[in-house]
Amino acid sequence: MNEAVPALLAAADEAASSPMPLTFAVIIFVLAMFVGLEVITKVPTTLHTPLMSGSNAISGITIIGALLAAGLGGRLGAVIGTLAVTAATINVVGGYLVTDRMLRMFTRKRD
Amino acid sequence: MNQQIIDLSYLAAAILFIFALKAMSSPRTARKGNLAGAIGMLIAIVFTLGSRQIVSWPWIIAGLAAGALIGGALALTVHMTAMPQMVAMFNGFGGLASGLVVLAEVFRAGSSGDARFAVTAGIAALIGWVTFTGSLVAFAKLQEFLVTGRPVVFPLQKAVNFLLLAVAAGLIVLLGFYPGLHWLVIPVAALASVLGVLFVIPIGGADMPVVISLLNSYSGLAAAATGFVLGNSGLIIAGALVGASGIILTRLMCRAMNRSLANVLFAAVGQTVTTAGGKERPPVRSFSPVDAAMVLENASLVIIVPGYGLAVAQAQHAVKEMADLLVQRGVTVKYGIHPVAGRMPGHMNVLLAEANVPYEQLCDLDEINPEFERADAALVIGANDVVNPAARHDKGSPIYGMPILDVDKARAVMFCKRSLNPGFAGIDNELFYNPNTMMVFGDAKATVTGIVAALKE
Repeated sequence: MNEAVPALLAAADEAASSPMPLTFAVIIFVLAMFVGLEVITKVPTTLHTPLMSGSNAISGITIIGALLAAGLGGRLGAVIGTLAVTAATINVVGGYLVTDRMLRMFTRKRD
Repeated sequence: MNQQIIDLSYLAAAILFIFALKAMSSPRTARKGNLAGAIGMLIAIVFTLGSRQIVSWPWIIAGLAAGALIGGALALTVHMTAMPQMVAMFNGFGGLASGLVVLAEVFRAGSSGDARFAVTAGIAALIGWVTFTGSLVAFAKLQEFLVTGRPVVFPLQKAVNFLLLAVAAGLIVLLGFYPGLHWLVIPVAALASVLGVLFVIPIGGADMPVVISLLNSYSGLAAAATGFVLGNSGLIIAGALVGASGIILTRLMCRAMNRSLANVLFAAVGQTVTTAGGKERPPVRSFSPVDAAMVLENASLVIIVPGYGLAVAQAQHAVKEMADLLVQRGVTVKYGIHPVAGRMPGHMNVLLAEANVPYEQLCDLDEINPEFERADAALVIGANDVVNPAARHDKGSPIYGMPILDVDKARAVMFCKRSLNPGFAGIDNELFYNPNTMMVFGDAKATVTGIVAALKE
C-alpha cells in the first residue's frame, strides 16, 4: 500500500501536467466571461473610475504567466520574462494601491 | 509543489476576484473588495512561485522587486488629478507583460509548436501589443505629453486601420497552416503595436476614459489569451473576468454620456476637426471676482458646476472655503456633478471629497437639473461642454444628444474660465454670449480665491 501512494501521486501529477485540452480551456473561458458579465450590473457613476482601476489591478494576473516565463530558464526567455515580471508587478502593485487611494476618498465621506 | 494544488489556488484566487468585482460596485464594500482582490493576487503569485517549473530565482526576485518599487512609487506619489493617466499606464504595463510572455513562449517552443499553439500565440500577441501601445497613447494624450489631447485624424484612416488588421489576421491564419514559421508572431506583434497607436490617436481627451475602460477589458483578454497559450487556468479565468466586466463597464460609461461606443471610437475619424475660430464671435461680458462675489452672496440658492478646469487649477479647497462663507451668509450651496465632468466619471467627486465637501451637497445630473430654475446663480468652474445647450438642439454638434446640466435656466450664469477657448469637444459654447452670462476670466483657483477675499470684506 505504501509503495502505491507515491506511484499514484506521480501518475496524477503526470496527468495534470499534460497540456490542457482546448475544449476545457474554452469552457472555463466562456463560463468566466459570463460571471464577469453578470457581476457588473449596477455601478453608481461615482464608482466607475475606482472599479476600472480595481479590475485593471486584477488584469495583472498576467504576472503568473510572466513568473513562469522568467523562471523556466534559458537565456532569452529569462531576460524577456524578467521584463514581463517587472511590467506585470508594476501593474499589480500600482493598480491595487491607486485603487485603494481612490476608494479611501469615498469611505471618508461616509463617516 | 503539486500542479493540482497550484490549480486549486487559482480557483481560490478567482473566487476572491469575483468577490472583489462584486464588492467594488457599492461604496460600502468597495474598499474591502479591493483588498480581497489583492489577497487573491497574492495567493496566485505565491502558489505559482511554488511551481516545480520555476528554476531560476534571481531573475524573478529582481523583476518582482523592481516592479514593486516602481509601481508603489508611482501609485503613492501621483496626484489625484492624474488618476486616469495612471490607470492607462498601469494597464499598458499589463498588456506589455502579456505581449512579452507570448514572445518568450514562442522563442522557447521554437518551430516545434503545433497549430493550436501558434494560432493562440498569434492572437495573444495581437491583443497584448495593441493594449500596450494603445494604453501608452491614451496616457500620453491625457498627460498631453508628446501628443495633443485633440483627435488626430488623417486621410484614409479607416482604410489603413482595416488593412493593418487584415494583414495581422492573415498572418495568424498562416501560422495555423505553417506552425513551424513561429517567427511570424513577431510581425503580428509589430502590426499590433502600430494598430494600438492608430486606434487611440483619433479619440479626443474627453472620451479617453471610455477608451481606457475598453483597453482595460483588452488587457484582461490578453491575459486570457496568454492563458490559452500556456494552458494556465488562472490566467484564463481571471483574464476572462476582467475582459467581460470591462466590456460592461465601458457600456455603462457610454450610456452615461448618451453616446454609443461606435460613436466614441470613430466619431472624429473621417471628419475634419471643427475649429472654434473663424466665424465672428459676438462680444462677451467680462466681470471681476468682486462682481461675482456680490451676485453670490445675495443669492438664496447657488449651484456650483465643477469641471476639468477646477482640477487643473487645484481649486477645490478654495471652492470649499467659498462655499462655507456663502453658507454662513445663509445661502444654500449645491454642486451639480455631470457624469463626465473632469477627466473620468467620479473625478469631481474624488476632488471635492479631498477638500472635505459635505457629501449631501453633491448632486448628480438628474437630481440637480430641476433645481436650476430656482437657482439665483449657477457658478460654472472650469466646465464647458457639459453645460453647452448645443447638445439639446444642434444636430451637427459632436455633443448632440448628451445630457447636460441646465445651467442656462438659472437666473445668472457665471463662467470661471481661463479664456474663451473651447473644451475637449473643440466647439464653441453659445452660452458664453447669453445676456444672463457673466464671464470671469482667470485661473480657477485665483478667481475663487478672489471671490473668497471679496466675501470676507
